[in-house]
Amino acid sequence: MSTVSEQSGVAAPALDPNAGLSPAQLAAKYGLTVSGARPGIGAYTKQLWSRRSFIVTYATARLTAMYTTAKLGQIWQVMTPLLNAGVYYLIFGLLLQTNRGIPNFIAYLCTGIFVFNFTQSAVLAGTRSIADNLGLIRALHFPRACLPIAMTVIQLQQLMFSMGVLGVIVLLTGEPFTLRWLLVIPALVLQFAFNAGLAMIMARFGAKTTDLAQLMPFLIRTWMYMSGVFYSVSVFANHLPHIATRVMEANPALVYIALIRYGLIQSQTTSTLPHHVWPLAVGWAVVVGIVGYVFFWKSEEEYGRG
Amino acid sequence: MADTTNTTDAPRTSLGMSDASAATGEPGLTQAWERKQRSDEPTVVVDDVHIVYKIHGAGTGKGSATSALSRIISRKTSPTIREVHAVKGVTFTAFKGEAVGLIGSNGSGKSTILRAIAGLLPPERGKIYTNGQPSLLGVNAALMNDLTGERNIVLGLLAMGMSSAEVRRRYQGVVDFSGINERGDFISLPMRTYSSGMGARLRFSIAAAKSHDVLLIDEALATGDQSFQRRSEARIRELRQEAGTVFLVSHNNKSIRDTCERTIWLESGELRMDGPTEEVVGEYEKWNRSRR
Repeated sequence: MSTVSEQSGVAAPALDPNAGLSPAQLAAKYGLTVSGARPGIGAYTKQLWSRRSFIVTYATARLTAMYTTAKLGQIWQVMTPLLNAGVYYLIFGLLLQTNRGIPNFIAYLCTGIFVFNFTQSAVLAGTRSIADNLGLIRALHFPRACLPIAMTVIQLQQLMFSMGVLGVIVLLTGEPFTLRWLLVIPALVLQFAFNAGLAMIMARFGAKTTDLAQLMPFLIRTWMYMSGVFYSVSVFANHLPHIATRVMEANPALVYIALIRYGLIQSQTTSTLPHHVWPLAVGWAVVVGIVGYVFFWKSEEEYGRG
Repeated sequence: MADTTNTTDAPRTSLGMSDASAATGEPGLTQAWERKQRSDEPTVVVDDVHIVYKIHGAGTGKGSATSALSRIISRKTSPTIREVHAVKGVTFTAFKGEAVGLIGSNGSGKSTILRAIAGLLPPERGKIYTNGQPSLLGVNAALMNDLTGERNIVLGLLAMGMSSAEVRRRYQGVVDFSGINERGDFISLPMRTYSSGMGARLRFSIAAAKSHDVLLIDEALATGDQSFQRRSEARIRELRQEAGTVFLVSHNNKSIRDTCERTIWLESGELRMDGPTEEVVGEYEKWNRSRR
């Protein structure tokens, strides 16, 4: 280590109290901390909390920036979910007729699409959240969990537009406005926690394995067909043994979709809900939310090497 | 100077450095930051640091999903990943009150080591110890061209870690400093409509709104017209005064000579020389001439 001796010879005065100390000992003597070291989970959470305005501002900024160059501007926030619903209605409602036995299929379908899309986009954006923001990560200091969470907040904001559209669709298709609509709020809060957790898990995987961004669309599509977005899962659940049906019904996407459908559509009764729907909804949110957060934090100092 | 350092030291004493910071307080010293007394208290210790960049897609695009799948399953690294060993075993210690210049030809690892000191780029091997949180002067990455100047100010200040109350307090100061509104209300236009000079002014004004313990400055910052250059130079001087230690990366040997008493010369990721600015920059210039 010739550089050490050279440096201390040049830069330190003759009476150096630190002479003979190795760099690590020197750092320890003056209480220096390792740069970029991962803070404890408590301190990390505190930092994250102090960054809450940044998360929301960043999410809003990204969302606004998304449509500024389009002539119609922010109208696309509403147009995109409408067009989505139109396409799926054309294929699954009119061409494939998967609406067998489902009353008010339009509302049923739109709810499924919008709610699943919340999870889908959050996971996809979460997977790319580290790779897409390397510039930010390499320039500024902040708890990296801000990024997947901000991505989920963006999707939540988009969902708010979709839910507005959905509310109108549901009313136009003849559903009354009842107090059951209020159930949508806790359901979405739980889904947000679940999505954020999943986005953080995928963010850590995606940061290491960038190929995952290419694979995710396929996995997500498989998940979508399992989640009863276009049809009731009972269509094929009837042919399956009891235990398989239960497993399928525990699918978190299906749980949140079922809850929100139940909230908005009168013909959806408690009998159409999966068993133990609320414990499942809370369980998925808490477990995935916390596991995702801790899992993401564990690798905090690694993000940015990409 | 003694007063300013002592006030900034106050929170640090809790880290167990009270004895050392007391030693730095020599009242009556000159105001000029260049002649700040260097203390024995280290603020940045870089210990045999290696930094490796992994670059994806250096070869044939991203490949198909099936090849991605087989790669993930076989746990092989992608053939398109290339590693660039940007910093190879650099060791040095910077002390409180020092202004350290970093010089070297393009791609010698100057900016990389700066990012590593800031804790933004994890070293592959070796450790970097710092006092407090060193910060890079620059928020460009957080700003979005499609947003208005005002929203970018808020976003940039929040990204640097200010609270929303602090942002509200500082907002007008940043607008005034940037001088963007001198000729009409430009701050409410999207940043992509700004001239390059205006954009650079706004970015600098946001970045310079916060003071730091250990300040890392990358390349020439003074951009814009003459009056803005004077203002930004004055602001940089202020920031240096407030900071305990300053690192400056620059290709401008004059600005290194003007501001740094110590200089580190990096070449292809290795520490070539470390010492008083005059000596190191002199050698560097000699070496550059001999290569021509």
